[in-house]
Amino acid sequence: MIMLDIQKIRSDFPILNREVNGHSLVYLDNAATTQKPRAVIEAMTRYYEHSNSNIHRGVYILSEEATEQYEDVREKVKKFLNVPQEYEVIFVRGTTEATNLVSHSFGESRIKAGDEILVTQMEHHSNIIPWFLLAKKKGARVVFARMTDDGELDFENFEAKLSSKTNLVSVTHVSNVLGTINPIKNIVRLAHEKNIPVLIDAAQAVPHLPIHLGDIGPDFFAFSAHKMLGPTGIGVLVAKKDWLEVMDPFLGGGEMIREVTEEGATWNDVPWKFEAGTMPIAEVIGFGRAIDYLRDIGMENIHRMETELVGYALEQLNGVDRIRIFGPRDPEKRGGLVSFNLEGVHPHDLASFLDSVGICVRAGHHCAMPLHQRLGVPATIRASLYLYNTREEIDRLVDGMRKAQAMFR
Amino acid sequence: MSLESLYREEILDHAKHPRNRGTLSLFDADGRAVNTLCGDEITIQLKWNSEGRVEEIVFSGTGCILSQASASMLTEFVKGKASLDLKNASREDYLDSIELHPTPSRLPCVLLSFEALQEALTRSTK
Repeated sequence: MIMLDIQKIRSDFPILNREVNGHSLVYLDNAATTQKPRAVIEAMTRYYEHSNSNIHRGVYILSEEATEQYEDVREKVKKFLNVPQEYEVIFVRGTTEATNLVSHSFGESRIKAGDEILVTQMEHHSNIIPWFLLAKKKGARVVFARMTDDGELDFENFEAKLSSKTNLVSVTHVSNVLGTINPIKNIVRLAHEKNIPVLIDAAQAVPHLPIHLGDIGPDFFAFSAHKMLGPTGIGVLVAKKDWLEVMDPFLGGGEMIREVTEEGATWNDVPWKFEAGTMPIAEVIGFGRAIDYLRDIGMENIHRMETELVGYALEQLNGVDRIRIFGPRDPEKRGGLVSFNLEGVHPHDLASFLDSVGICVRAGHHCAMPLHQRLGVPATIRASLYLYNTREEIDRLVDGMRKAQAMFR
Repeated sequence: MSLESLYREEILDHAKHPRNRGTLSLFDADGRAVNTLCGDEITIQLKWNSEGRVEEIVFSGTGCILSQASASMLTEFVKGKASLDLKNASREDYLDSIELHPTPSRLPCVLLSFEALQEALTRSTK
């Protein structure tokens, strides 16, 4: 078991030196986006300074370098997630684009009038809206599996809602509000017993948990680079090749074709069939470096460290007067984030106060309005951790909360 | 604007002891605004006097300190003013008069009651 040297890790992130309002930065909004190690920033700068050119086209050395670097990252993603042969990795703009791609290219031809798309009450809007749009077009219905009061998936309810009309299941791996880690292996198994394909929204999972995709076995698996130390503008859809072969393209344009005439076009092979136009090449390269960084530390180590830290956070937060914490009590059942409300202090007032002492948390509905309706509150405060957060930062958060309570009492 | 100015004693006082909070059983105009980001909502009701000036104005709703305090201060700002003056009041003039200049992320909180007022004025026949 390797002890993580947090101070060494923190020294890799230039932004953590920043001061806000005369206080050192305490960044606790990692579920929204993560900070970048110098190595990632430098990898992108180096690409622009050294190898920048368009990929897959040029016969000159710059283009060959760029192409090799880009395609290397695809292989890197496969190794990182232990992706079996029957899957392919598609680069997209982010998790939201991945769900929309599946909705358009897979859902359009599969979903018929009267069909049901099964999601859960704890989904992020990016895993709800594409299905609303699709259902409206097709005369289908989006069904929401319920949550327990502890913020876990009500598995019996999920099973009951997996009906003869269900033609797609789309579920979050880790809730971005509750931190709940869903039993996705069981979900996939259950759905596959009825020949129902499954999409997993892994945006809050891949950055924090070791993944063996073959053990999970979903049809589609989506996540974002910027939530795992990578740049914005790039994400991944891992999908079964069998589906990708028969799916229509998502975006049409250059690179995704084989031949074009005035009569029509034929498509390029998978994965390039789904990567139209000039992709964010520098971002893919930055993403590759982020994967290296995480792999070198080890996802098991990161997961263990976060579980310990979120356990500490839960302990400290439970000591705050009039606090209501949402999601599983047991740190082993949740990812490294905690959402809560302070009775008598509005989330916006609390967030502004915390900002005045250098602390970044998020106040609002976190793109999960149906979840907040289920919780019975319009907004919550969320503190979300990553590998560079410390106990001292949790202490500062709790101290800030107490000061805010005193000020706004 | 610093936190100390944003949440100065005057603001906290307005939030804790709001002026003109309530509802009217009879009113000439009403308007409502909701901030879906946090669920804050303000309803404004007002009555005109015979000269077309605001005789009575009340607000109701829930929300953060800034939204509640600014709603309370809005009612004081509005009383006695003529409809046309209110319709022509710019956001900047209003924020200057209540001396609240929050960062962009909190602007919707401070302007929530102002939006409700504008809706009331739009729907009013005067």
